[in-house]
Amino acid sequence: MKSASDATMMLRTPFHSRVAAACELNAWGTWKGYTTPTAYTDVELEYFAIRSTAGVFDLSPMNKYRITGPDAEAYLNRLVTRDVSKIRAGRVGYTVWCNDAGQVMDDGTIFHLGENDYRVCAFARATDWLHWSALGFDVEVVDESDEVAALAVQGPTSCAALLAMGLVGLEQLKPFGLTMFPFEGGTLMVSRTGFTGDLGYELWIAADKAELLWDRLFEAGRPHLIKPFGSDALDMARIEAGFLQAGVDFVPAESAVRSGRSRSPYELGLGWLVDMDKPVFNGRKALLREQARGSRYRFAMLDVDGNKPASHSFILSGGKKVGTVTSAAWCPTAKTNVAFAQLEMPHGDVGQELVAEIYYQRELQWTRVMAPCRVIGAPVFNPPRRRAVPPGAF
Amino acid sequence: MTDKLDVILIGAGHNGLVCANYLAKAGRKVLVLEAGDSPGGAAASREFAPGYSVSSCAQWLYQLHSGVSRDLDLERHGLQWAARELPSLLLDTRGRHLSLLGSRIDGEGVSDGDREAWRAFHARTGKYVKLLARVFESRPPNLVEAGLVDRLNLLKMGLGLKLLGRDDMSELMRIILTNMYDLAEEYFDNPQLKSLLGFDSVLGSRMGPRTPNTVFTYLYRRLGEAYGYNGVAQVKGGMGALAQALAASARARGVELRLGARVTSIDMFNGRAGGVSLASGEQFRAAVVVSGADPVTTYGTLVGLRNMETGMARRVSQIRCAGAAAKLHLALNAAPRFTGLDESQLGQRLVIAPDLNYLERAFNAVKYDEYSAAPALDISVPTINDPGGAPAGCHVLSAIVQFAPYEPAGGWEGPSTAAGATHREHFTRLILDKIAEYAPGIRDQVVACQLLTPQDIERDYGMRGGHWHHAEMSLDQVLMMRPFPGATQYGSGLDGLYLCGAGAHPGGGVMGLAGRNAAREIIRRGARA
Ligand SMILES: Cc1cc2nc3c(=O)[nH]c(=O)nc-3n(C[C@H](O)[C@H](O)[C@H](O)COP(=O)(O)OP(=O)(O)OC[C@H]3O[C@@H](n4cnc5c(N)ncnc54)[C@H](O)[C@@H]3O)c2cc1C
Repeated sequence: MKSASDATMMLRTPFHSRVAAACELNAWGTWKGYTTPTAYTDVELEYFAIRSTAGVFDLSPMNKYRITGPDAEAYLNRLVTRDVSKIRAGRVGYTVWCNDAGQVMDDGTIFHLGENDYRVCAFARATDWLHWSALGFDVEVVDESDEVAALAVQGPTSCAALLAMGLVGLEQLKPFGLTMFPFEGGTLMVSRTGFTGDLGYELWIAADKAELLWDRLFEAGRPHLIKPFGSDALDMARIEAGFLQAGVDFVPAESAVRSGRSRSPYELGLGWLVDMDKPVFNGRKALLREQARGSRYRFAMLDVDGNKPASHSFILSGGKKVGTVTSAAWCPTAKTNVAFAQLEMPHGDVGQELVAEIYYQRELQWTRVMAPCRVIGAPVFNPPRRRAVPPGAF
Repeated sequence: MTDKLDVILIGAGHNGLVCANYLAKAGRKVLVLEAGDSPGGAAASREFAPGYSVSSCAQWLYQLHSGVSRDLDLERHGLQWAARELPSLLLDTRGRHLSLLGSRIDGEGVSDGDREAWRAFHARTGKYVKLLARVFESRPPNLVEAGLVDRLNLLKMGLGLKLLGRDDMSELMRIILTNMYDLAEEYFDNPQLKSLLGFDSVLGSRMGPRTPNTVFTYLYRRLGEAYGYNGVAQVKGGMGALAQALAASARARGVELRLGARVTSIDMFNGRAGGVSLASGEQFRAAVVVSGADPVTTYGTLVGLRNMETGMARRVSQIRCAGAAAKLHLALNAAPRFTGLDESQLGQRLVIAPDLNYLERAFNAVKYDEYSAAPALDISVPTINDPGGAPAGCHVLSAIVQFAPYEPAGGWEGPSTAAGATHREHFTRLILDKIAEYAPGIRDQVVACQLLTPQDIERDYGMRGGHWHHAEMSLDQVLMMRPFPGATQYGSGLDGLYLCGAGAHPGGGVMGLAGRNAAREIIRRGARA
């Protein structure tokens, strides 16, 4: 509970008391108005928890919207680019949604909870857009962001830790599946989803049971070397796994102020999420036009020589600037220096050789490196355990 | 007989009929589907009491585009005039009326100063009317993706502005966004003249004379002057006879017209409009679908908001289309006697709106979904010039009444503040009381009476909200923003679907330009049909 003497204006997630106690570095960042840790103890150690044991991330600030009613599926199908009828009950689907101009407003996940019952999990606040989109549909749209708390449990021992917590049968849950468990008189929803590219789960719980969930999880997870991680470690993991971050790798269309700064799904390498067989969905007309005329940009994953992250670098081809880097990290497990870039068309074919103009600073001295790099066709980290059912014992 | 259609056109309103006519002339095979039993939409004549018929919505013709009349050869197809060049009379309870016809102004209380001011004002605003008329004769420019035609149109608009001359141009810029109340106060002393101008600026709109935007609507009202009208005209047999002439002309061109054919949906095929379904269950396919129905009906009911993208659905849901004009029809057993009017004047346009504040107060009510306690009226006694509408010796009085809400609290049949009377009865009584102030014996002459509220007009003529113009003529809903940004130049923003009614550029009134311009645009885009 917030009291008048609270020193911060920032919102606190339902796990805050536990997060604050574990956050030894006292390193806080802001996320959509919430105060959340960038790191708890040590970024590298947290990263290695994700990849070698199990890491826990508080993702409560994500926006969660409940969509119910007889037109729920039709509504979502008009809202997002992919075919929602293919997301069966008990399944989760990753998707993007666009405005009428075919520009990506956000990416997120759709949880098909039951008949005519869905939850949309989004990075950006979307209440107004979701309500406007409900015109003409028999649906109810409810913002559940404050009522639902969520933890990601990611890494090879995540399943074992959760089994130890008593989630019987969890090992049978397939990737992108979801299931319910009774929890302290309420319901705990578990989905096999995540943002790290590893074996992992996300736990969804009523906000008033959040602290209890944290305590149970860490108690059961101790033998499985469970450890909380902050946004810095998450960033390394998601770049290694090839995941775009809204607000970093693209500007959500409705918050872009300057014209031409937003991107279409094709320009973000997310064309596979667009189902043109659907007769109507937001952005369809504009995307058909883009298909005919060609895109302006192309998303590319780059393998950059050396170990200096190519953060904010210009990308050159033949000495000419053809793009910029939106995310970059040295990826310890894959031992690759990865960068995500926005390249002007027609650049970005897999295998194309480019140069990253990297600036970095050591003790106030700036250095420029012209690092050769090449476009790669797939994320550098994609282990079989991510998909295995049941996941092996670690 | 209806296989191989090029165009399905929904709604045989006058604009729909005009559009169909031009399309057929260009060789398209056109099927017009009209929900009602007669063509014409709000250009209609109906019997409202045994032996009495009336132009049941629009009553005066004053802006039907001359090119359209000529191209469609309406007089050959039966259009006859009952009267032309009728002045507007602003009535006075003591009989001191003000008469206005073009630049001519007459009346006891008109000073030389006002006469001179009116002449100058009329001449100057006449230039603005001509400029607007030119703009309205072509599609509105698309500012976002301006093609050659658009640039030329913009150029024409700009050139038109330039040709006005410096003083006239800066005056136009100064006044165009303002309100008629202030402008009239600035130019004139005579309260009757000011009030008549104020009345013409708000007629058909949900606006009072102090509402910004009313200088524009005033100029719009006067458009007909650019198409050869001076004052108003009355069609023999009422507006329904004009509709019959339009229908005859269309049929002669090969248009197939089906009455009693209500379209229930515009059918989309892979994101493109390609046909319609009827209430009867019948279905038709064509490469192009044109709608002459109002935009809220077209998008909201026929296409369905769920079948368009969110941004568009949102725009559609925000179109302002609540009407504010009602219609009162009286069957009279004798000619009404208005204080100070002779028989010849009785056939002219009679306006009750004593002064600007009266008008503004009348408007206040409708802001709160109430009807005016003292309404403003545009009255015609059509049987003076055209006796056929009533039994021998009898007459019809028809009045456009402002202001009436779409629906008062509790509904039109709900109880009003007058003991034992419904809102409908109460409002009818208020209107009759008002007319009786000017024509004292009228109550004893009434043998039957009909009040059409905006809600009734919506039901009977299929215009959502019962709005005169299908969508308010406010500055955010005209030109390239009509009916909303993204749906302009008669394209609806949905492939294969075009708009040709009052809800498209330039707007409502029996004018025919929306229909003609839409046909031109469809023909210009060619190929697919
Ligand atoms: C009270 C009142 C008084 C007026 N007085 C005047 C006046 O004196 N002078 C003047 O010039 N203008 C006047 N107007 C304005 C004028 O009547 C209209 O602007 C004009 O008639 C509109 O013509 P339209 O062809 O665009 O549309 P409409 O006449 O509305 O035609 C649309 C047609 O579509 C049909 N339709 C709708 N839905 C369907 C469907 N689902 N299936 C099939 N058909 C469908 C309707 O039945 C209708 O026939 C007045 C309006 C009102 C309301």
